[in-house]
Amino acid sequence: MSDPAPFIRIEGVSKRFGHFEAVRDVNLTIGKGEIFALLGGSGCGKTTLLRMLAGFETPTSGRIYIDGQDMADTAPWDRPVHMMFQSYAIFPHMSVEKNIAYGLKHEKLTAAQRAARVGEMLALVQLTPFAKRKPHQISGGQRQRVALARALARQPKVLLLDEPLAALDKKLREHTQFELMSIQQRTGVTFVVVTHDQEEAMTLADRIAVMDKGEVKQVGPANEIYEYPNSRFVAGFIGAISTYPGRVIRLTGDIAEIDIPAMEGTFAARSLPGLTEGQQVTVALRPEKIAISKTCPDAVNVVEGQVKDLAYFGKDSLYRVTLPGGELISVHAVNARRASESGRPADWDDRVWLSFEPASAIILTD
Amino acid sequence: MKALASWFHRRGWRELIIGIPYLWLTLFFLIPFLIVVAMSVATRTPTAPPFGYGGENPILNFEGYGRLFTETLYIRAFVTSLMNAAIATLFCLALGYPMALGLTRVSKSWRNILLMLVILPFWTSFLLRVYAWMGLMGRNSWFNSMLTDAWNFVVPQAYTLNSIPMMNTNFAVILVMVYTYLPFMILPLYANLERLDPVLDEAAMDLGSRPFQVFRDVTLPQSIPGIIAGGMLVFIPAAGELVIPSLVGNPSSPMIGRIISDEFAQVRDWPMASTVAVALLILMVGPTMLYARYQQKAESAGAEDKP
Repeated sequence: MSDPAPFIRIEGVSKRFGHFEAVRDVNLTIGKGEIFALLGGSGCGKTTLLRMLAGFETPTSGRIYIDGQDMADTAPWDRPVHMMFQSYAIFPHMSVEKNIAYGLKHEKLTAAQRAARVGEMLALVQLTPFAKRKPHQISGGQRQRVALARALARQPKVLLLDEPLAALDKKLREHTQFELMSIQQRTGVTFVVVTHDQEEAMTLADRIAVMDKGEVKQVGPANEIYEYPNSRFVAGFIGAISTYPGRVIRLTGDIAEIDIPAMEGTFAARSLPGLTEGQQVTVALRPEKIAISKTCPDAVNVVEGQVKDLAYFGKDSLYRVTLPGGELISVHAVNARRASESGRPADWDDRVWLSFEPASAIILTD
Repeated sequence: MKALASWFHRRGWRELIIGIPYLWLTLFFLIPFLIVVAMSVATRTPTAPPFGYGGENPILNFEGYGRLFTETLYIRAFVTSLMNAAIATLFCLALGYPMALGLTRVSKSWRNILLMLVILPFWTSFLLRVYAWMGLMGRNSWFNSMLTDAWNFVVPQAYTLNSIPMMNTNFAVILVMVYTYLPFMILPLYANLERLDPVLDEAAMDLGSRPFQVFRDVTLPQSIPGIIAGGMLVFIPAAGELVIPSLVGNPSSPMIGRIISDEFAQVRDWPMASTVAVALLILMVGPTMLYARYQQKAESAGAEDKP
């Protein structure tokens, strides 16, 4: 996907509540028609940033532009932005239909046009038979769809979604995830999703901004953030990872040789621009990028260890292996071959060899 | 016997506990009320107690009910009572709604202080507070002369006054009733408004509504049960109010409470007093039923709203 033209521009935005800096100097551009996720733990500032886009909070400093317009003096009710609240915030005294129609009364529409739009929205979220029901007469999943239809009814330029799936159970969540994506594709509205769930962000979003303590740590597509994290925080937040301190011994071409005390040896990893010999770094390894075998493999990076713990899930297994230095490493192996009846590929206390490709080792400099 | 014991074991305690309020209401409301109803169809006699049945009079005497509709004293008293109570209720609502809404919008610590201030007047004697108002409304009080000065400042020369006649008017009755019953409006309204989800206001704003429209579309419709509850809590006692009109009201246009009291104590016409009391109760039952219905509706809606 090519880089879309910037539609939302967040420039140097900070927000302070008293002495607490909820959002710190955030710069982001979000393209038209993109699904953009703000991902982070609780208190990372993602919701505050979303509320600033909606207009419920004013930035302490910095500017927000939506479709080229500065939003500084635009009240929430005048913004071309609608929000789907985490609690859905459906008006309990109005029927499903009236909820969806609520925003439309601010538009110059004839009664017929309004009814048509409401009907269209009901069909979009498959709630047509429930039009006359009151919110307390429908299920949580249906309420979520009412909230979505209500927010989309006025055809906003941007839809903000605050933890859209958090209140749903697991099965419904997966289904709704794909429904949200298909609705986004059909309507072409730019989605900004706040979530604390990395899987949700990775499946839903075209691009993800990982936030921590009010700052954006990294922005990029899911695969980039997963495979090329730029900091220990991002590496640790997205997926499982084992990290070890090391020191750059030698740089040859795009390979850096790194001494890793925990593994008692020197290992090759793909270098980063700006790396210098002698620099202290952190080497991070994803569990699924490590191969495990009971015989010494013919590979560039090999380290011997002992299985301390293993979890067998059927299709795959998770091993915890003690490294020569005494530290543990997680290894995730797919059980591609049927195990013999006598035992597993590697068992408790077995001596094993772990290997990984230089390109799979992530060097982190922070 | 065994069946009784097992019934008691299974549901006895539950029924007993549910039964207590019913027993209470039967003993202290239904039976006295039936006595009053019985008295209302008796005939006044010079005996003690001053009523009787039969003899030279009809056994059941409905004359009193007829007098309710024919004698202007009673008609006027009912109209005055209902009007005063209605006006007082409207003023309580107009004053109390913004106060209750304000209470929900201030910080927690301020909220507790302000709620205390709402309840604080109850800590002093009600009579004392009415006497204080009598002092304020009197012709020579600083309050009256301040209002008089303000009046004289705005009206043309011909309408200037030496003092504003406030005491012994319906105005005084309504003023003191509004003052007295305002907390009964504020507290149920506050309880109602406090339960509303502030995120709903944000949602309405997000969908294009300005603050006034948010109030009209979201806050106000959801607070109707609170308005009804507060309205009933003010209107019902205000309509039967005795003390306030006796102390500050106009004796020539008495309210219904005064009539009942006078018929019992001065005229010693117990049947007529009972008749008026029964009529007042019937008039109040309507609004009370309305209140009960709304409360039930609000409760069932509230219960189902919970996730």
